[in-house]
Amino acid sequence: MARETPLRNEKTAEEVARGIRARVFEHTIRNNGGYLSQACSAAEQLAFLYAEALNLGPSTMPMVPPPFGGVPSAANTGYVTGAGYNGPFDAVHDRLFIAPAHYALVAYACLIEVGRMAPEGLEMFNKDGSSVEMIGAEHSPGMEVHNGTLGIGLSTAAGLAWGRKRLGHTGRVCVFMSDGEVQEGQTWEAVQAAAHHGIDNLWAIMDVNRQQCDGAMDDVMTVGDIATKFRDFGAVVAECDAHDLPAMRAAAATPHPGRPLIVLAHSRPTQGMESLMNRFPKLHYVRFKSEDERARMNTEIAAELGVSPVPLEAH
Amino acid sequence: MEMVNRPYAAAFEAYAVQHPEVLCLSADLTSSCEIDGFRDRHPDKFLSLGMAEQNMLSFAGGLGLAGFRPFLHSFGVFLYRRPYDQLLASVAYPRRRVRLMGFLPGVTTPGGMTHQAIEDIAVMRTIPNMTVLEAGDATEVETIVEQADTVDGPVYARILRGSVPRLFDTPMRIGQMRVLAEGSDVLVVTAGITTEEAIRARGALARAGVSVRHLHLNTLKPFDAAQIVDHAASVRHGVVTLENHLVAGGIGSMVAEALAEAGLARRLVRLGLQDTYAHGGSRPYLMKHYGMDALALVRAVERQTGQATGIDEAALDAVRIDAVHSLVKAEAL
Repeated sequence: MARETPLRNEKTAEEVARGIRARVFEHTIRNNGGYLSQACSAAEQLAFLYAEALNLGPSTMPMVPPPFGGVPSAANTGYVTGAGYNGPFDAVHDRLFIAPAHYALVAYACLIEVGRMAPEGLEMFNKDGSSVEMIGAEHSPGMEVHNGTLGIGLSTAAGLAWGRKRLGHTGRVCVFMSDGEVQEGQTWEAVQAAAHHGIDNLWAIMDVNRQQCDGAMDDVMTVGDIATKFRDFGAVVAECDAHDLPAMRAAAATPHPGRPLIVLAHSRPTQGMESLMNRFPKLHYVRFKSEDERARMNTEIAAELGVSPVPLEAH
Repeated sequence: MEMVNRPYAAAFEAYAVQHPEVLCLSADLTSSCEIDGFRDRHPDKFLSLGMAEQNMLSFAGGLGLAGFRPFLHSFGVFLYRRPYDQLLASVAYPRRRVRLMGFLPGVTTPGGMTHQAIEDIAVMRTIPNMTVLEAGDATEVETIVEQADTVDGPVYARILRGSVPRLFDTPMRIGQMRVLAEGSDVLVVTAGITTEEAIRARGALARAGVSVRHLHLNTLKPFDAAQIVDHAASVRHGVVTLENHLVAGGIGSMVAEALAEAGLARRLVRLGLQDTYAHGGSRPYLMKHYGMDALALVRAVERQTGQATGIDEAALDAVRIDAVHSLVKAEAL
């Protein structure tokens, strides 16, 4: 990858990934609900992006996120997005969109692990008046555009990438995607447009966990061989095990002149927390059915992660 | 009356070549939107995005994020119905400087339901951060490009194509309605192609002794409610709106809201599509069939004054339409 500067954080991608799982686990147990499975499947991908793959400058935002500052309007002259957590906008640095905005909890945990946000930021998650929203908004830490409706992220990134190429920027545009997005027609419109216009400063890494809100994708809507489909629409495709960082490095290094690169990271939605298989295929949003289940998961998953169980207040 | 051939084509090209950040986007309706010549002469500023409007809207949002000001060209209906989610999330919310050039507004297309943007004004004006414009003649088509590009945010503009009459000899300015007549009996409010109809009706009504106050709107959002109310207060018999659009959510609704919020009681007759789809047909046929032409306006004015004028089709056909010169106060300043 085109990293110009030494790692700015001390942690390896492996360590960041472990930290993401531990933080999302702790948050989910404490709040009795959370996007826990997404941490299992995507921890290495987000860790890889922030710790290795992306060329990001230092954060321009406060460590503790400011409260919600209003939506964009002609009157809201001080409006800023959360993209400053990924560093400054300039010609040389990369840009990142988190296309599945419900992965926000995982992305925030990653920002903490790489030293771009204070742990207090996660305490503001989904609290009224906070910018650390449950579904990442463009004012949320690490976000730059709204992606809450799935399928629009890659198109926006393709437009930005075309523009950056025209401006002579060396920085690339990266999209973290989820495989459910291939059910949206817009994803295919975006790939064909990026290929048609030779937008090769654009790449995506897709969390292929084969899960969606209603359950397993094969039960909800069969999508077939997405690698072949992406290739047929004009992308260069590389595949890897989403929990094998050396394989991910190799996949992301695949040359893709004249075309966008899509890295399909085949993941397991319970990686690192096998106890969650008891809930399969209901993994999209983990909410415990009883205090007993919550306590059991607390003990079992903590043991799997090698961390202490979360101290729970008496009810 | 002077007819101008393809005013958009020349105006867009002249403007775009002067502004490096302006890009021309098309969704497979390049010649239909009069940008085929631009494509051929300026391929480096032209982006073909194919029949994929959802991607085009989000892609344009990304271009806006990179500092460009893309002009999107398609039939108006294709710029919001299918890609509505993308319009909101990728363009309107973040206030990207994206210019949506909507051709063939309302019943100006014979393409029927799928091609006729009859609720676009209602949709667009409810979207926060959106500016909504409508060209009513060749002069406004020529100046709407430059005017739209002054807006720090997204713009939707209804554009007329092909052979377009020149009604005005002064450029349009965003936010400035045109006061075309200052009569005292009935206030008539029009925009787009209905202004020509109203000018025709006015000529016949004047001969019949009816004094019409006539406003032409080219800026639908922001809407100058205060000025509408002032004009409505100055006539004896109420207000008639005539629009190339559904009466719900469009100019008729805007005027009704303005009068109600000001507490001004005036009878209001709203002409346009009355909670119905149109179908495929010629523009004169559709305007007559759906009560959107000069004769429908005359009948509405008669309802407001309570007096028949005796005006018929022949009387309207005999009206000569001249360009509105500035000495008859084309601009309300």
